[in-house]
Amino acid sequence: MTNHATTPPAATDTPMIVMESVEKWYGGFKALTGINLSVRAGEKIVLCGPSGSGKSTLIRCINHLEAYEKGAIRVDGITLGDDSSTIDAVRREVGMVFQNFNLFPHLTVLQNCTLAPMRTLRQGRKEAEATARRLLDRVKILEQADKYPAQLSGGQQQRVAIARALCMGPKVMLFDEPTSALDPEMVKEVLDTMVALAEEGMTMICVTHEMGFARQVADRVIFMASGEIVEEAPPEVFFSKPSHARTKQFLGEILRGH
Amino acid sequence: MNYTLDFLPVIDGLPSLLAACLGTLGLALGGMILAIIIGVGGVMLRDSGIRQVRWLVIAFVELIRNTPFLVQIYFIYFALPLAGIRLDPTPTAIIALGINGGAYAIEIIRGGVQSIGKGQIEAGLALGLHKTQVFRLIVLKPALRAIYPSLTSQFILLTLTTSVASAIAAYELTSVAQRIESDSFRSFEVYGAVTLFYLVMSWLLMRIFGLIQSRYLSYPVK
Ligand SMILES: Nc1ncnc2c1ncn2[C@@H]1O[C@H](COP(=O)(O)OP(=O)(O)OP(=O)(O)O)[C@@H](O)[C@H]1O
Ligand SMILES: [Mg+2]
Repeated sequence: MTNHATTPPAATDTPMIVMESVEKWYGGFKALTGINLSVRAGEKIVLCGPSGSGKSTLIRCINHLEAYEKGAIRVDGITLGDDSSTIDAVRREVGMVFQNFNLFPHLTVLQNCTLAPMRTLRQGRKEAEATARRLLDRVKILEQADKYPAQLSGGQQQRVAIARALCMGPKVMLFDEPTSALDPEMVKEVLDTMVALAEEGMTMICVTHEMGFARQVADRVIFMASGEIVEEAPPEVFFSKPSHARTKQFLGEILRGH
Repeated sequence: MNYTLDFLPVIDGLPSLLAACLGTLGLALGGMILAIIIGVGGVMLRDSGIRQVRWLVIAFVELIRNTPFLVQIYFIYFALPLAGIRLDPTPTAIIALGINGGAYAIEIIRGGVQSIGKGQIEAGLALGLHKTQVFRLIVLKPALRAIYPSLTSQFILLTLTTSVASAIAAYELTSVAQRIESDSFRSFEVYGAVTLFYLVMSWLLMRIFGLIQSRYLSYPVK
């Protein structure tokens, strides 16, 4: 996938994503209770925490799939407002990969990858297809370009979903449990793709419980519970010396599960 | 009493009956196209998020689905001139069929749209597509595929309903048959033949619907 990954580009100090006191309610239920988070360009964040702790909600606020009630979010200098122009601008910079792949079943792999660039970036078909083929090759699935999603395995579908997001040329990639829906034997191929992407310097926030992945690529591991960031630390510290009781308990459960 | 069959009037009338079949198919085709437009447009309006528009669509569907088609076609035929719009029976019939079929199509297509997972829509939005693009490019085709059997049987029904347009003397099979019947008094023979023609037309349409499905709406699914 890459030939220049020996010296991973270091994360810089420019913040790519800033969340300031972000609060989110679902009706009367507070799903995010004042999130403060700053992610530098090139930084890789792994987000973990128990079910219902607000991990998905947090990353879905960043590309405004969820509206939030309070606070501010900036992505690459663009302040996310409620107007569609800033939402459009942010979504152009932010790619997202979902647990269930969400490939479009009626489009071929190639068409899945070219749809948005042709419609939102106004690329011509030739250009969009060339980009798509290059990125499908990068996720090692170019030979499947003319198949339909249902003809691929879960791992292959997820790699296509990653390529599809990359076709928009995003500066940030958000992953929401990208390997949770996969059969165990397919987890590795997707994680390998993500590792390679990380090595190329992509800014990434990954919701995942793959602790091996966290150790390997994360600059910071963030632990959430009840809509709050409870603890954040570099992986070596996070796994060996977690400071909060809830983190310890969570890690205990995760490790027991493996 | 002995009834002797006499198909001569049917045979003599065959050219005009066959031509009238084309009239029927024309009404049906026009009605279906209008119904699709109303159906898809109606679903988009209904889900547009504007409350008044949503209620307007619901009211339209309820009105059409709870009144007889014969009354609807009379209403359109006699009410339009009052509004200063003068139309021949055939275009009037197409409009009435389209409106009627459209109301049913809204309900059917909406069912299909609701069967599409939220994840599909979110994936489209996350890629920067707008809501209407997501609907048109991502939701519509799988939705139509999901409800295609219901939609096409509704369209067969619409085709058979064209016979009601004889009430305003639109050009179609039933009205031509009525004329031949009243000239010849060969009711059994005429309506027997007409029944067969409707059957053949329905069958033909089903074949065409099947071809459209395999050409435009089929893709592998798990
Ligand atoms: N659409 C919704 N309406 C109401 N409540 C919601 C909605 N979506 C999420 N929630 C609630 O918000 C909280 C946070 O949900 P979220 O999906 O962000 O959790 P999560 O950490 O991603 O959990 P999981 O590991 O199960 O994916 C949960 O308590 C959930 O029940
Ligand atoms: Mg989640």
